[in-house]
Amino acid sequence: MDKRAESVEIRSASKAYGSVRALDDVSLNVGAGEFVSLLGPSGSGKTTLLGILGGFIVPSSGSVHFGARDVTYVPPHKRDIGVVFQNYALFPHMSVGENVAFPLRARRLPKSKWPDRVRAALAMVDLAGYEERGVAQLSGGQRQRVALARAMIFEPRLILMDEPLSALDKQLRESMQIELRALHRRIGATIIYVTHDQREALTMSDRVAVMKDGRLIQIDEPARLHDHPADSFVASFIGEATLLPVRRVDACSVTLGNAVLRSARAIPAGDALMLAVHSEKLLIDGGAANVNNCLTGTVTDVVYQGESLRVFLALADGTALSLRQPSHHQAYSRIPPVGGSLTVTLHPEDTIVVPKADA
Amino acid sequence: MLALVSPALLVILLLIVVPVGWLAWQSIYHDGFTLEHYHRILTEDVYWRSFALTFEISLLVTVLALLLGYPVAYAANAVPRGWSVVILALVVLPFWTSVLVRAYAWLALLQRTGVINQFLRYLDVIGEPLALVHNTLGTVVATVHILLPFMVLPLYATMQKIPNDLMQAGASLGANPAQAFFRIFLPLSLPGVLAGCTMVFVLCLGFYITPELLGGGRTVMVSMLVSRNVELYNQFGAASAVAVVLLVSVLLIFVIVSRFVSLDRVLGQK
Repeated sequence: MDKRAESVEIRSASKAYGSVRALDDVSLNVGAGEFVSLLGPSGSGKTTLLGILGGFIVPSSGSVHFGARDVTYVPPHKRDIGVVFQNYALFPHMSVGENVAFPLRARRLPKSKWPDRVRAALAMVDLAGYEERGVAQLSGGQRQRVALARAMIFEPRLILMDEPLSALDKQLRESMQIELRALHRRIGATIIYVTHDQREALTMSDRVAVMKDGRLIQIDEPARLHDHPADSFVASFIGEATLLPVRRVDACSVTLGNAVLRSARAIPAGDALMLAVHSEKLLIDGGAANVNNCLTGTVTDVVYQGESLRVFLALADGTALSLRQPSHHQAYSRIPPVGGSLTVTLHPEDTIVVPKADA
Repeated sequence: MLALVSPALLVILLLIVVPVGWLAWQSIYHDGFTLEHYHRILTEDVYWRSFALTFEISLLVTVLALLLGYPVAYAANAVPRGWSVVILALVVLPFWTSVLVRAYAWLALLQRTGVINQFLRYLDVIGEPLALVHNTLGTVVATVHILLPFMVLPLYATMQKIPNDLMQAGASLGANPAQAFFRIFLPLSLPGVLAGCTMVFVLCLGFYITPELLGGGRTVMVSMLVSRNVELYNQFGAASAVAVVLLVSVLLIFVIVSRFVSLDRVLGQK
């Protein structure tokens, strides 16, 4: 086990506020040094779970373990974890240097050792020389880096992040995602990251835990989560999928309207089944004699989105679909104008059938 | 624009500028221009002692109000919403009772045959009744009580604005509750402390009813000098001069305070 990282185990944790179950029997194992995202819409319980990990919320039942230590009732200041908050939570009455040195002061480290540690922590987030600046003088991205430096300076083996990038604009957010990934590799600590942005979760995480209504629906590696969703909720939340009701024919095929679709995967049992059609997985049929897994419809709209084109299709029975094509010349020449007919294919490997999630 | 604000300006002119101007004029003009009243204030011992006593009492009242008010505001801020309404209601409720009534209530509690002395004698803690009133002590006790809301409300308003995640951040970074309070909460509540202290101090400087009723004639504060000059000696000029000096002192305090904290914060927040 990596000495710089700590494993985390949550055993059937629940939290009820009155009759509302904010967290409902969630168990989760995070390996030492792993980067796990908690992903879900607001009210899914991800922030409650993070609060339980941070020690700000005591679970109604269940327990939390860091390594071999049961920390369920350990107060936050004795947990030795770094927390990065959504609004950074920098202390407005302290300079950047004082903010970053705060954990050292709280741990009563001799003052003579502070400057080196602070310098190293700020250098780690590319803010070398910012010690004397006031917090109010910093941009959003810089505040975020200070919050990171402050959460890392005492070399915690576990770092919690609560939507730390949500206040930044898109470009900065994307570059910070890449930076956070690199930082994670460098410091090696376990990171648990809360977000409602599926792309962010997929970009950064080793594994993503999808939550809904206080329950953990699925935890998997990004690629598996995207291509093997556990149910229609996960399928609709991850990626750009259209969900269509289908009927089961046998273990490897379903019908969508009149079309028969074969799947290379086992079709789950049950009557309430949904087909998850990712818009990037629909291929424009090049005219080859491919009669399997074909869908033909009328183009209702073509939206130019810079790097790609999004084409909206209506099948014969009115079912709406969309597909995405890279915006290169070949795509332009293949897509008929609005009102034209277009045949698309869905490879059996990409034919994802999932059970319908409870509403 | 001017047409719209002119009624307001007229009201301000008639109700504030004219009376204060007249007051100032009276203090320097009596059958001809004179600085005699100001000269007296500067040279006569009575005035010096009264001003010194007024500042002393105001300072004491402010410190006591802060020591009592801070924990109350802290509690109102820390408890769940429903309870904070209850606490604030208890703080503000006495506002709806006349100052005169509250002063007499304190008289009833503190006097020689009052509730406190009777009770202590009943318990045999004391033989002779304590002199709790008709002195500076009585004045201070009642004034602190009456001015307490002016300390609690700005403190509470400031504490409400301290984001909770700052305290959570402090705890997660290793600060125990005492460290988190002294390093984070207290410094961030200082603007409220300054605002509350300014309010209480300034209001106390001009306080009249409680020192008059509970001071027993021995605690002569500046406001009482004003009233005595008018009532006993019919000296409107001298009274005006004292009032002007008090007014200028208050303005000076506001000027100094405004260098540290915005005046909106002192005057506007409730």
